[in-house]
Amino acid sequence: MTLALDMPVQLAPSRRRRLWIERATGLGFAMPALVLLLLTILAPLAVLVVLSLTNYEFGGVDLDFVGLANFQKALADPIIRRSLLNTLIYVAIMVPGGVFGALLIAILIHRRTRSRSLYEVIYFLPVTSTLIAMATVWQFLLHPSLGPINGLLKWLGFSPVAFLSEPSTALATLAVIGIWQILGFNMILFLAGLTAIPRDLYEAADIDGCSGGIDRFLTITWPLLGPTTMFVVITTMITAFKIFDTVAVMTRGGPVGSTEVLLYNIYLEGFQYFHTGYAAALTFIFLAFILVFSAVQTFALDKKVHY
Amino acid sequence: MSAPVPTVATVSPAHSAARRFLSLVLIHGVLVAGALFMLAPFIWMLVTSIKPPSEIFSAEIALWPKQFYGVENYRFAMEKAPLLRFALNGVIICAGILVVQLLVAIPCAYALAKLEFPGRNLLFVLVLLGLCIPVQVPAMPLYIGLAQLGLLNTYFAMMVPFFLSVFAIFLFRQFFRSFPDDIINAARLDGMSEFEIVWRIVTPSAWPAIAAFAVFSTVAHWNDLYWPLIVISDAKLAPPPLGMMFFADAETGSNYGALTAAATILTTPLVLAFLIARRRFIDGITMTGVK
Repeated sequence: MTLALDMPVQLAPSRRRRLWIERATGLGFAMPALVLLLLTILAPLAVLVVLSLTNYEFGGVDLDFVGLANFQKALADPIIRRSLLNTLIYVAIMVPGGVFGALLIAILIHRRTRSRSLYEVIYFLPVTSTLIAMATVWQFLLHPSLGPINGLLKWLGFSPVAFLSEPSTALATLAVIGIWQILGFNMILFLAGLTAIPRDLYEAADIDGCSGGIDRFLTITWPLLGPTTMFVVITTMITAFKIFDTVAVMTRGGPVGSTEVLLYNIYLEGFQYFHTGYAAALTFIFLAFILVFSAVQTFALDKKVHY
Repeated sequence: MSAPVPTVATVSPAHSAARRFLSLVLIHGVLVAGALFMLAPFIWMLVTSIKPPSEIFSAEIALWPKQFYGVENYRFAMEKAPLLRFALNGVIICAGILVVQLLVAIPCAYALAKLEFPGRNLLFVLVLLGLCIPVQVPAMPLYIGLAQLGLLNTYFAMMVPFFLSVFAIFLFRQFFRSFPDDIINAARLDGMSEFEIVWRIVTPSAWPAIAAFAVFSTVAHWNDLYWPLIVISDAKLAPPPLGMMFFADAETGSNYGALTAAATILTTPLVLAFLIARRRFIDGITMTGVK
């Protein structure tokens, strides 16, 4: 290819033919993907923009342009504000738990030789399991009178907690289930990061008299894991922000709206109440958050961390 | 790897042995406690699925059932809900999605990596942007379009948003870029068409990436609830998560024995596959993170 470009004005006919074939093949190979990209991403996005500026309701006949009214309504809507706040609280609980829990487990597992693979399998198991099925089991585990968790609390002398039907605990309970699901995933990412840290660094640190586990962690492990940690934090944030499954199955936004989250509200507005225009505007609010998270990730990963 | 890091500090051997033992106890204590937290739902699911209702609803909570009631629970679950049908739907959808994803992504990735054609850079930018857009964003226009075409409640509707995997294109492009140009040029001189080069030379070399992606895609779509919930209302077409949801609703959460039996049946295929191909699974699912 570069050879062809370097050659002066006149190209041999066979080479020109070659180039032409290459261009045609390239386009041909990319065509199915391009068509699907148009049909399943770009065109829907364009339609979504238009919808968000209208008062369209799915199944209705007429449609009026209302400008930015949907967005104004969304930002002033107490239900949407609450669901956005709930989503952010959920993120705020799940990210530290899911990241630091995974980091701790990864560090502890990393040095094991015989038991490592056993622990890996156990911690990774929830990642592969069908969350909806396991949510049903969690519901039973957390049942106020029949569940073993409350049985344990009673045995320890505490009063039982109705985890999922108490507004003050429902969201946090869902976040713990979220942590349960993502911990193994993050652990594997941290293990990959830990493996990449050269062993002699620890030996050098030993010689420099930094032998305590915490010292070693703070001077070597933590700084060198920087890029991994950054990546894990962002992916966990995005996953947490997309919380939907457990809400749809376990609480349906209740009790009294304490677990209403953004995606669940979009689902209700768009596919249950068919307020299509309004849901389109909400979708853009959702997308804005995802894009900000992704932008931070790209920026942070590009910059890496310099020493 | 197992060699302990030599310590320079001078401590008596007995003292250091005691410290080592203590730290081992502490480490395994934390790990076992965490492992119990991870395993508790699975253990509880299995034991509940073989308990009779009288023991499930008794105030005293015991781990092991006094009376084995597994046959009744599993039979009841299978009779009440087409669980095997749900699993079959899951297989059909995952296989359909994966086949189209590979057929679309591999040639496109090869073109992006190795061929010069107009619009290549634009396409790559679009792929990168596509990586940031979750399916929940185009969901509503896609739903309206499918409704207009009368395609709701079909396998096609469940699969179509996922036919294009920008992630697969991105991943395979990275992989193909490192494929030696000399081999491709030699194949061209031998008179092979680009089509043959893609499928007979380049693709086999990318086998690890394809296997990892297959795991990633299958796990994601076997477990997906959001999109099937929107386009499927016919229980006969439900994939496992949606089927589980229908079943739980129909049973109004009362018959825990049957519910956990159903959960066991629908969770088993992937967990079993995971236990058999452990490395592949871990690599595949966490591939998104290893760039």
